[in-house]
Amino acid sequence: MPSDFETIPRETGAADGAPPRSEVSLTINGRDWSGVIDNRVTLLDLLREEIGLTGSKKGCDHGQCGACTVIVNGRRVNACLSFAVMHQGDAVTTIEGVGRPDALDPLQAAFVAHDGYQCGYCTPGQICSAKAVLEEIAAGVPSHVTRDLEAPIATTAEEIRERMSGNICRCGAYANILAAISEVAEGAR
Amino acid sequence: MRAFSYEKPGTLAEAAAAGAREGAKYIAGGTNLIDLMKLEIETPAHLVDVNGLGLDRIEETAAGGLRIGALVRNTDLAADPRVRRDYALLTRALVAGASGQLRNKATTAGNLLQRTRCAYFYDTNMPCNKRAPGSGCAALEGISRQLGVVGTSEACIATHPSDMAVALRALDAEIETMRADGVARSIPIGEFYRTPGETPEIETVLGAGELITGVTLPAPLGGAQLYHKARDRASYAFALVSVGLVLREDGTGRIALGGVAPMPWRVEAAEAELGEGAAAACEMLFAGARPTEQNAFKLPLAERALAALLAEARS
Repeated sequence: MPSDFETIPRETGAADGAPPRSEVSLTINGRDWSGVIDNRVTLLDLLREEIGLTGSKKGCDHGQCGACTVIVNGRRVNACLSFAVMHQGDAVTTIEGVGRPDALDPLQAAFVAHDGYQCGYCTPGQICSAKAVLEEIAAGVPSHVTRDLEAPIATTAEEIRERMSGNICRCGAYANILAAISEVAEGAR
Repeated sequence: MRAFSYEKPGTLAEAAAAGAREGAKYIAGGTNLIDLMKLEIETPAHLVDVNGLGLDRIEETAAGGLRIGALVRNTDLAADPRVRRDYALLTRALVAGASGQLRNKATTAGNLLQRTRCAYFYDTNMPCNKRAPGSGCAALEGISRQLGVVGTSEACIATHPSDMAVALRALDAEIETMRADGVARSIPIGEFYRTPGETPEIETVLGAGELITGVTLPAPLGGAQLYHKARDRASYAFALVSVGLVLREDGTGRIALGGVAPMPWRVEAAEAELGEGAAAACEMLFAGARPTEQNAFKLPLAERALAALLAEARS
């Protein structure tokens, strides 16, 4: 099956008693990828170790930090808590698909302008998450701080803080992350 | 992680047959199961992916309620206009749980079946009767601040971590299943979870291979529907105590608690005391409670949370 990506070569280990593997095809940042992988490979490890898209980061590997956040079929998820074999036919967007250095997404530009990071390790997850947060608010998905469950939801600082709580920043750049997201939300209005 | 084989059946009958295989486990969102597989606390030899079964719809029932498919994601359930309007307690409980990323994957059935977050269940170097039956309970003499105060046993003081289940308990949900032999049944949520007793590894009444297919809500209760979650940080943390309250205009209502017991905790008799106030209701809710020195604060915390919700509901 044709892949748009060059897969990092590795031994297949297909001897008897080898761990079960499965074939999977999915679209990553608009390009097709197909391959045969160990069933235990997470979506995060597929992206980083098999395909070489190292923008998505492995922080805790247990869904607690959000550094691995990617967008699957339009929704943000923790790539570390998902088996790649379960993503047959899915469309995945990673930070590499959000924007490029010469064509930044407005959120990426806002993170630069507001210094929304220090070490930068959590930033790809923060930006993927923030993109989805703005869409979730526009779609009327309520949050823990939404008081009126039936009225349209305003993109307030309180809403952004609550919705971004699944993305931890060990450096504590939260104030600037909030400023960056707020600016883009403001611009979208 | 232990190796496993994988299949994604397209029909319920195929799934039920596959789920009955030795060492098989169903996977839906996987947000809890994959975490536990990485730690080798869960070691399925075979995963049956139920995401192809079409159980992802919310439909109105003839009785005026809703039938929620087992695979409806927590985000979609919380955002459904009918749920927001008629079962606000369920939306409020859902959005109090986990993170946006996790709610996008987590399913209705998986949320019900998630395992405890007791630190000793997660720490494979420590005894835990739930993880390794008969090995003992490290929590009893350990750090128990987060753990259960009522419905617990000498063998286990773990809590059920779900917020969603607290709302479903208050709303009298019924859990629909299909057994491995293809027979369907409906289980009131009040009969779904088992107290730990001597066998804390057995958490529900589900049989081997029995698959949750949906959850049914009766017709809306109306009234004020509120959820308060007390936790160590403002967002994305498990409850120390949570309180779900329905208070109707005639003064009747429902109370269910989270973070205090091995299951969403409801004592129907306590609801007759709603007019008497939080203290009277909590006396019945916590009858027979056996808190540790470290988590005895949960009893007054629950009472104050309930008092605050009652005041809010009446204002």
